[in-house]
Amino acid sequence: MSFKKTVRTLPRVGDGPVFRRALIGIVLTLGALLILAPLLIIGVEAFSKGWQVYRDTILHPDTRHAIMLTVLAALIAVPVNTAFGVAAAWAITKFDFRGKGFLLVVIEIPFSVSPIVAGVAYLFVYGLQGLFGPTLDAYGIKILFAIPGIILASMFVTAPFVARELIPLMQAQGRDLEEAAASLGASGWRTFFSVTLPNIKWALLYGVILCNARVMGEFGAVSVVSGNIRGQTNTLPLHIELLYHDYQAAGAFASASILAVIAVFTIIAKVALERQGAGRVRPVANPAENAS
Amino acid sequence: MKIRLDHVVKTFQTFRAVKDVSLEIESGELVALLGPSGSGKTTILRMVAGLEFADGGHIYFGDQDATDIPVRDRGVGFVFQHYALFPHMTVAQNIAFGMEVSKTKRDKAAIHARVAELLRLVRLEGLGERFPAQISGGQRQRVALARALAVDPKVLLLDEPFGALDANVRRELRRWLREIHSELGITTLFVTHDQEEALDLADRVVILKDGHIVQQGTPEEVCREPKSAFVMKFLGDANMLSAEVRDGRAYADGAVIEVSGIADGKAELYARPVDLDWAVGGPGVAASISRVMDRPGGRRVIATTGSGVPLELDLEPERAVKAGDAGYVTLRRATVFAV
Repeated sequence: MSFKKTVRTLPRVGDGPVFRRALIGIVLTLGALLILAPLLIIGVEAFSKGWQVYRDTILHPDTRHAIMLTVLAALIAVPVNTAFGVAAAWAITKFDFRGKGFLLVVIEIPFSVSPIVAGVAYLFVYGLQGLFGPTLDAYGIKILFAIPGIILASMFVTAPFVARELIPLMQAQGRDLEEAAASLGASGWRTFFSVTLPNIKWALLYGVILCNARVMGEFGAVSVVSGNIRGQTNTLPLHIELLYHDYQAAGAFASASILAVIAVFTIIAKVALERQGAGRVRPVANPAENAS
Repeated sequence: MKIRLDHVVKTFQTFRAVKDVSLEIESGELVALLGPSGSGKTTILRMVAGLEFADGGHIYFGDQDATDIPVRDRGVGFVFQHYALFPHMTVAQNIAFGMEVSKTKRDKAAIHARVAELLRLVRLEGLGERFPAQISGGQRQRVALARALAVDPKVLLLDEPFGALDANVRRELRRWLREIHSELGITTLFVTHDQEEALDLADRVVILKDGHIVQQGTPEEVCREPKSAFVMKFLGDANMLSAEVRDGRAYADGAVIEVSGIADGKAELYARPVDLDWAVGGPGVAASISRVMDRPGGRRVIATTGSGVPLELDLEPERAVKAGDAGYVTLRRATVFAV
């Protein structure tokens, strides 16, 4: 009895049932209003004019081109940034060199800077009045308002994703495994493929998926450099905006539903990978401490 | 294979980790590098392995200058403190790794047979299909050793091999490593900060301090004839008394002991707890017992001298002493260093 009393006198913050229900209620309501409702609207509006209109929008040459261009940007930007991310993470975590801290900061820049700033910066570097613009123009190379510009801008924005996933993991793993492999006579490539890669594969895949989602959804930087030429330099997000401004709400929502579906698959893949232990630091290299 | 280090130097940024170390390890010898943390012992081991490169000096394997040979071509077996087993491979795959990446091609059956042989050697038959996370720490370290031995290394290098294990497992593995060494006769160099481990296991102990070798010799030599106060203190519990040397005798707080080869003047007298005894009457260092700690093999007594210095002495189990007793600490033997 007396024990129960002492427990009752010390309630934890927010322990009351009223508070708990109120808090959960607020979170659920806000979640529904801010996140779920817009997503549902996309679905509803996309089919508001019927299945036929939806089909027509999706199959419209401009939409198809926008999808192709988005996929093309992803096909180039994701592998390049994956290679860059692995190389950067490897360099930062396995070697000591001057400018290591600087490299870490540089990798973070695309995360902290607004994508539109990146787009404008590209305009100044590759634009006709820009740094390399006249030279490139003289050789007939078109970067801005063309596909190369879109891909470059996408790559800039998504550069940190893979590296950011790998660096903490590889830091926690240390260099012991690579040193052990080297002392056993393995070459650098062999060490990477047989020892390093198997231990970072889930985190790597996680980074690739996040990177891909961002490339496909990127709007700000791409909108500055693409020039919005319908059927030529329009990616899917830009296409959605264009349709919307043309008062084709159903078309815009139909196109948006494609991105939403991609997002849902991304989330499913992400959760599946998190179950495998990706996306958080786990000292895989040294299971000794937790097993024994 | 004989290993020779010739005036080896290693600097990290501004920190000189290894300062001019020369050392010879005979073929088939088992040598311990012993020192406190920061003494450069691990750096020396890593330079012998090729995981670190010397800034100056040379490292010879036999007659060959191995200083610039990268680790993968050096032919050493390296055992890491935290095992560094590949977590995504089974025990058998871990052991086979070195043979599979080797330039000398072996067929599957040969690798399989060698893995089985090594599993027998490290007494882990039947555990080949387990993953590192599924076996104990001591077993992991034995797998790490089997993996290092699989490629027939010229030398075996172990970095604090038993540091992460508990005391009982450590003692067992120590005995077992000694057996494996006498069976294989491979030149072995290991690093430890544990004097007991070094003295139990090694043919020869190399004691390091601040990147220098301060003394080397057999366990008997370094124990019986420590060349400096540092070695004396590092190898085990030691009491220190300020002393005065006059005419071949050291006088310390009423205790007197014969010394030789030490000039008259101030000195430091070191004595292990077993070198001291307790008597009710003098001559000796007047002291009173402040604490008695009973241990399975005897009684450890802390006696405080008149000048407030606590002395630790080991007495036989049947000696009747208790806290508060007054008497004299007497010297059975002692080591004296001039200051």
